[in-house]
Amino acid sequence: MTILFRGAHIVDPGSNWDGLGDLLVENGRIAEVRKSLPPEKGWEIIDAAGLILTPGLIDMHVHLREPGREDEETIESGCRSAVVGGFSSVACMPNTDPVNDSETVTRFILEKARAAGTANVYPVGAISKGSRGEQLAEIGEMVKAGARAISDDGHPIMNAQLMRRAMEYASMFDIAVIDHCEDTYLAAAGSMNEGRASVRLGLSGMHSCAEDVQVARDVILAEVTGARVHIAHLSSARSLSMVSRAKEKSAPVTCEVTPHHLILTDEDIVDYDTNFKMYPPLRSRADRKALLAGLADGTIDAIASDHAPHNADEKMLDFQNAPFGILGLETTLPLAVTHLVRKKVIDWSRLVELLSRNPARILKLESKGSLKTGSDADITLIDPRISWTIERPKLRSRSRNTPFEGWKVYGRCVGTMVGGRWVFQELNVAR
Amino acid sequence: MPLNRRHLLGIEDLDPVEIELILKTGESFREISARPIKKVPALRGKTIINLFFEPSTRTRSSFEIAAKRLSADTVNFSHSSSSALKGETIIDTVKNLQSMAPDALVVRHPASGIPLVLSKHVKCCVINAGDGMHEHPTQALLDMMTIREHKQKLKGLKVAIIGDIRHSRVARSNIYGLTKMGAKVWLCGPPTLLPREFEQFDVRLTWDIREALEKADVAIMLRIQLERQGENFFPSVKEYFDRFGLDRDKLRLAKPDVLVMHPGPINRGVEISSEVADGEFSVILEQVANGIAVRMALLYLLLLPGASTQVVWD
Repeated sequence: MTILFRGAHIVDPGSNWDGLGDLLVENGRIAEVRKSLPPEKGWEIIDAAGLILTPGLIDMHVHLREPGREDEETIESGCRSAVVGGFSSVACMPNTDPVNDSETVTRFILEKARAAGTANVYPVGAISKGSRGEQLAEIGEMVKAGARAISDDGHPIMNAQLMRRAMEYASMFDIAVIDHCEDTYLAAAGSMNEGRASVRLGLSGMHSCAEDVQVARDVILAEVTGARVHIAHLSSARSLSMVSRAKEKSAPVTCEVTPHHLILTDEDIVDYDTNFKMYPPLRSRADRKALLAGLADGTIDAIASDHAPHNADEKMLDFQNAPFGILGLETTLPLAVTHLVRKKVIDWSRLVELLSRNPARILKLESKGSLKTGSDADITLIDPRISWTIERPKLRSRSRNTPFEGWKVYGRCVGTMVGGRWVFQELNVAR
Repeated sequence: MPLNRRHLLGIEDLDPVEIELILKTGESFREISARPIKKVPALRGKTIINLFFEPSTRTRSSFEIAAKRLSADTVNFSHSSSSALKGETIIDTVKNLQSMAPDALVVRHPASGIPLVLSKHVKCCVINAGDGMHEHPTQALLDMMTIREHKQKLKGLKVAIIGDIRHSRVARSNIYGLTKMGAKVWLCGPPTLLPREFEQFDVRLTWDIREALEKADVAIMLRIQLERQGENFFPSVKEYFDRFGLDRDKLRLAKPDVLVMHPGPINRGVEISSEVADGEFSVILEQVANGIAVRMALLYLLLLPGASTQVVWD
């Protein structure tokens, strides 16, 4: 099976391509990218004029909720949400029920993903058993079964010795240790960022220092252990400057930010709407400004959605008691196009670096994140001209918890290909 | 002039003209409670539900008495906060109550924002009777009324609010109200209980109670919750009282006609000494009396939007 994409604007920072070109897919792999490829008989031809063609996007931080909370999301619904949002691959966090702290759960996730047959799913294994922060989980067994990184996301590791051991041990597999940085004593029972807005709303705050002290610890431990450390959903200016300093010293530290921290601040929380409640919380304007700068100057390695589906009834609790987290798989790309690319914070090439190339590197997905010859034919096709409105009822996720309801956005995924096969395709509908 | 709003959710969104209207109306209602028959027919046929998700004796009784003196029918719902932990239950509860066609819901809840959220689900008036650490608007209104009773004005007065500012909805409502009415507000407490972010309001912050009390016209003392000790906001009650408790000595720094106020319930020997609480400068019990008048005013203005404020009875 040979497919020729013609006339697309191809954006592939991995091969320094950012311009018009043709792309040939053969037997599930990228065969060639060239200015112009004359079609041959028997090829399927796709007219991609006016479209942006990128290596398949990779969301390296999602919660698929299965096993355990299938009312909120399943691997099948989460993957559907992913491919509609332009993501051909996702890395799913282990805070399911049971926690993915064993090869059994890792295999279960991979089997479910295979059965769903859409996005590639890369399980992230737990660092500690039950993510309880006490004993190391069987990291080697999980890696053998297919885990691509480890994290106790959602359950901050307060024990620095455990974190050090996890990093040392993980070095053996050359996997990233992904840390949700939150000092639980400092964060206490806070429900939003501590600052002017929390004082005004009378909500207990979590100061960004709760994140910063853990980032500082992790940077130090990365230097000491040499392990690859990836800071999840980094949200504060001070944390960013610590990552930046670590990078200057060539410490193996990377970081991701979420679209909501790049677009919203704590002053956007209106009417105690719990769709604005997530961890880390929306920060100050100064923090947001720093993140945008870090995006442009290269300090930030990835954009990840932290897709966190929650049952609507549970989100209906009061702000203090509602669960943390919002959806992201179907809104990340259009929000990034609208608020980052169109506003010239970054260009398309940098966006693809953040959403595909770097996540592939951090997760060691060698044949992904690029359109080089021989890479897997994971492709995302985006029509940047389409403007549309984010509407909760139209989301493919099983949950509805997005603060972006009613937002007008530009850019829409019109096709997602995984291994040379369409897993989502709306070329005719959209054009 | 009518009060052009359906709900009273906080002082933050009131303008000075509205505050003036509520206070004036409250002042005209004070007299009703002094009559041998303390009842006027203004709200006859109106139903008011007191929905309290947090223990409260004084505020709930005050609202109930205010409603009854205006001849409204009142129903009290006291929910233990544990059974109300699920927000959906609150919204469902309120939708059920809505079906009983009340004219007003008076809501107290331990979570900030609940009155606002509920106001979007009902057709009747919602009055915030204290929500979490957010606002306690009727307390601020009765405090302002009490100050005006003695000082005939609010503009230009130095008002010191002293104690646990961080967790206080009374402080927040008073900050909004007093600054809108032109008073000079000083906030005082240990740094742990006085976040710097309070600077965003038009107030002065100090850790030195002497500076706060110096030539003050009013001292509003806030209740210290004893369990804060365990959360390391201050080392001990003894040390707290030594630095921030109001006693005769410290009070001498204030103006000779200073008013000492407290939203209650007071902790004697923690934030205020007994001799000051019971002394000649204390207007703590007048605050309680004014609470009824100002709540009557509010119910009257909200439930009879067309009514004149020139209240002439009989």
